[in-house]
Amino acid sequence: MNIRKNQARLSRAEKRRFVNALLTLKRNGTYEEFVTLHSTFFLSDQDAGSRVGHRSPSFLPWHRRMLIEFEKALQTVDRRVTLPYWDWTQDRSPASSLWAPDFLGGTGRDLDGQVMDGPFAYGSGNWELKVKIDENPFLRRQLGLSPRAPELPTKAEVESVLAIDEYDTEPWNSTCATGFRNHLEGWRGPNVHNRVHLWVGGQMATGVSPNDPAFWLHHAFVDKLWAQWQRRHPRSRYLPAESTDQVRGFRATLPPWNDVTPADLIDHRRHYFFDTDFFPFRGREDGAANADGRGGDGRGGDEDAA
Amino acid sequence: MPQVTRRRALLAAAGVVSTLSALGVANSTALADPEPRTGARGADAGAGADGFDEVFQGRRIQGVRTAPDASAARKGGHSGHSGHGAAGGQDHSGHATEGWSVRIDGRDLHLMRNADGTWVSVVNHYETFDSPLAAARAAVVDLKGAQLLPLQTGGAR
Repeated sequence: MNIRKNQARLSRAEKRRFVNALLTLKRNGTYEEFVTLHSTFFLSDQDAGSRVGHRSPSFLPWHRRMLIEFEKALQTVDRRVTLPYWDWTQDRSPASSLWAPDFLGGTGRDLDGQVMDGPFAYGSGNWELKVKIDENPFLRRQLGLSPRAPELPTKAEVESVLAIDEYDTEPWNSTCATGFRNHLEGWRGPNVHNRVHLWVGGQMATGVSPNDPAFWLHHAFVDKLWAQWQRRHPRSRYLPAESTDQVRGFRATLPPWNDVTPADLIDHRRHYFFDTDFFPFRGREDGAANADGRGGDGRGGDEDAA
Repeated sequence: MPQVTRRRALLAAAGVVSTLSALGVANSTALADPEPRTGARGADAGAGADGFDEVFQGRRIQGVRTAPDASAARKGGHSGHSGHGAAGGQDHSGHATEGWSVRIDGRDLHLMRNADGTWVSVVNHYETFDSPLAAARAAVVDLKGAQLLPLQTGGAR
């Protein structure tokens, strides 16, 4: 059973196994396939054309499938590894243990943004970028230095987005003034998901963002927020129910896999669990959600979760 | 510029950037910026509206309008990447608008236009800018000296 844990609660051994699995996928070329998969879609998902991975209702299920595939790849190296999630409403500082040399390493140096410590520093010899938008082969970061994202999204900002009842709305792109998906993605409202990419900076802010392993921990948390939203809005459904000429409906297959639909991905518990699924009162990040008397699971089966 | 930042202020103090942050208009030799514009959004949206060619933080950034993307217009409202550093299509009102080719030190900067008329670039792909010029300047800042490469993606989906 896959249980995804808060990265702040990982043991040293769990961090080491996760890092080692990443380095193995990098060494055997698998990692590059995921960077390419993401960038191929990201660079062609557009507001007025076909879009599946971004700025569209399937942003959440598409990334959920991508993370499931990546987690499977990690488990070919070490079956005990699952994707940790980074709750940036809690761990909001460049001094967080997330960025320590025994985990993701820290911010980049002034000169060229190059990450100089940790397992993903170019100098380690294990993390040369291959799918690139510029000539430099090293990972860059600028934690908290983007003038347009000096702070990570706060818990209050996330709460305001989780409160939105409707999943998504026309025109199903980056301009939707309402809807949970576009506000979580960050094109409107307090800017949640997009802002975290900016805050990390370097490749995380670019069209080749999965080059930074922080990508997976960030998206594992975005994915968890989707599950939290479902629990709060048991009557809300994935929208649109039917496909349009540009976006995918509930039972439409998602490329590039073409064997999976948003309906297949709507309940994460069919695929993995979060640590907080079992101990909802203990989880730091679910405290507020449970304080309103709707603690515990509170969900029915797939129908409710949809 | 969207806002004057501490980093920019420091750069400006170091003489790297002149007064562009304060003025909202580049220290540029913009090809044709007919008149200074004012207003929070207008300042940057207007700068370089018809093309630009300037040195920004030591990098040469050039942008030229190209003909509207015919293939995009045919698809009806398609606006997005062309894969060759040019982008164009239609704005949100449905009128065929401009295409743009933007370069940094002669290398194509991949741009995409949003439905609300704003822009994203491959370097800053999770945020929007009011103009190709603003996107080019932001890319220079975040590239931190790196030279762009042609796009390498997995091909057609």
